[in-house]
Amino acid sequence: MNEIDIKFLEDSFKKYYFNHFDLITSPQRTSEREFGYQKFNSGMFRHISLKENKELHLLFMQNIPSDVYCSNAYYAFPNSPMSEKDWKEADLIFDIDAKDLNLPCRKNHTISICNECNQTSKDTNQCVKCNSTKLEKKSLPCKNCIDASKIEVNKLSNVLTNDLGIDKENIHIYFSGNEGFHVYVYDSQFQQIGSKERSELVDYIMFRGAIPETFGMKKFKPNRSLFPDFDQKGWNGRFSKYIFGSKSKRSKIISELLDSGYSSFQKTLDNVSENIGVRIDPNVTMDIHRIFRLPGSINSKSGLSKVLCTDLTKFDPYVDACFLNDDPVEVLANCPIQFKLKNKKFGPYTNEKILVPTYAAVYMICKKLATIA
Amino acid sequence: MLVLGQDEKAKYPFLADAGEYLKDKGFSLVQFGSDPVLKLSVEKALHRIKVASAGEVYKSDIDKDGQASKDYVLEREVFSFLLAIVLIKLTGMSTLIKRFALAEARRAEIYLEKDLGNASNKSKIDLATRIIYDLFNIEITKENDFFVIPVSDYLKHSVTFHEREWKLINRHVENGKVFLTPDKTVRLIRKELGSYISSKIINAPKPSMIPGLENIVNELISISKKLTPTYTITTGEYPPCIKHAIDVLEKGENLPHSGRFMLATFLLSKGQTVPQIVPLFKNAPDFNPRVTLYQLNHLAGTSGSATKYSCPSCEKLKTQDLCFITKECDNIINPMQFGKKRT
Repeated sequence: MNEIDIKFLEDSFKKYYFNHFDLITSPQRTSEREFGYQKFNSGMFRHISLKENKELHLLFMQNIPSDVYCSNAYYAFPNSPMSEKDWKEADLIFDIDAKDLNLPCRKNHTISICNECNQTSKDTNQCVKCNSTKLEKKSLPCKNCIDASKIEVNKLSNVLTNDLGIDKENIHIYFSGNEGFHVYVYDSQFQQIGSKERSELVDYIMFRGAIPETFGMKKFKPNRSLFPDFDQKGWNGRFSKYIFGSKSKRSKIISELLDSGYSSFQKTLDNVSENIGVRIDPNVTMDIHRIFRLPGSINSKSGLSKVLCTDLTKFDPYVDACFLNDDPVEVLANCPIQFKLKNKKFGPYTNEKILVPTYAAVYMICKKLATIA
Repeated sequence: MLVLGQDEKAKYPFLADAGEYLKDKGFSLVQFGSDPVLKLSVEKALHRIKVASAGEVYKSDIDKDGQASKDYVLEREVFSFLLAIVLIKLTGMSTLIKRFALAEARRAEIYLEKDLGNASNKSKIDLATRIIYDLFNIEITKENDFFVIPVSDYLKHSVTFHEREWKLINRHVENGKVFLTPDKTVRLIRKELGSYISSKIINAPKPSMIPGLENIVNELISISKKLTPTYTITTGEYPPCIKHAIDVLEKGENLPHSGRFMLATFLLSKGQTVPQIVPLFKNAPDFNPRVTLYQLNHLAGTSGSATKYSCPSCEKLKTQDLCFITKECDNIINPMQFGKKRT
């Protein structure tokens, strides 16, 4: 990214942090967390410990970071090297990202930027100008992406509350600032479990590793009375609803399942995992030393903020997470796809000098689809 | 600490304090080397160790309900257990500790399971749940025919199991609790029960040789020597999952993070060095030598947390779609075991 663009982004971010510091949620037990940040065009600064909100404020004002992170873990010595931090516990965190959902709409709003000649074009595997295959992909997620992610968030909340006994008040849902949601679980029985245990929890939530016996199918002398029913709790109930559809079809489908046999049933289980399992990123939840984007901070991939969603159904990230100002800025835009921010449509632009509000300029520059004119 | 009756001590002799018990009964260890009546307990102890070293579970004189008609039968049960520990300590053979602890844990399991499953006798259920709580800090409550434990406790114990049936997805989970039958409840703590018994043996003081027991100790030493592990030879061939991962990278296709983790940890454990492994990733679409080096050093434990990461289990790889099992895999549970044959 060029110097002028960086200067513009830093100025815009600084204004936001100055005016909206109330949106930055200083995490519980601040002094036990590890913080980290990045600046534009530079690496990661980690292993920072902060005592209180004021120090956090100072970090933003002094460094004007492009991204700020905070650990889900609590340490005795957060600023020591990893092996000496003395890990105590960690909140449970889930990452749901539209890019992992294999949505058909994705190809319609993915842009390929050539690393050799900077040419932008709609999703392709080869640069339309110089034929290079070294392409960077940028996505401008659409409403469908956000809605599909919301469905996964609701599926996850359902498993967390009903199966894992977590109080609704202890589940906080944040828009990640780009393509998905981060779900935080506080004060649960899982605070102190390690990475292996969290990985096992992930398999449960994603419906991975199920065996036929769990869902009523036996290898020898299978018996139709063992198959689960709709009103059963947990995965048995959810599996029934998905596989039988309605009560009237249940008996017929059980007969079909019995006819197809044990190994076919195993295949069914493996296949339904895609549909009924919650599509979370397993590596995120397993990692007990990770630092996560700090709620309230801006995501430099988009210029949108990571914000708490109190009403997920109504939440529109392109309105509710867009906090940068409206001051007009002239940019040279090369954005082949139309996008909508603060209920206003922008683009498509083909190598055009245009005057747009700061928030739209930042969005495009962050996506590498425009530069300051 | 739990207060136990004589029949309970016979079922769970590892809960008894050895020194106290002998003192209470008015005996000293030396007497067991000479007294012909007490020698019966020594023979029983020897039998107990022999059965354990053969990989079997010793069958008590008490019946499975733990009821015995005569007190001395119960007493001998406890004596033979305590004496077995003394004999094992006198041999100094760690193989015997492992085998004995495992077999005794299995034996205790049978009683715990029986006590938990005893719907008509609440005090027995209470005792079994108290033992599990006191020893392993797992709170078990009874709900209808099931024993329920918090999911987090279940996970802590079940993650070491390789059978799919123990995955959380294959359990009845409701409201933060896992529902288990008595046998599964007890199976869950088998390893810890074994570790508890072996730590008791390891931490017990080593007595000086008891006159009259030399022959028995020598016999046990020779049994133990025969049990020394068999050597293994390896064919040196890579397992199919690793071959597949290498193929993917060679073709310049994307190998997911989990696949790269598997490949790197496998090769590191096989003794390859970081510089030897880096070139494998050169064809990856997002190859960055700096990042690759950093990550490999991290896995090798030479940077970062200094933790050496090990290769994931076959079970884990299955759930990550990285397993390409062939019949050569021969029921291994980790790719590291591939091609190893016992001689």
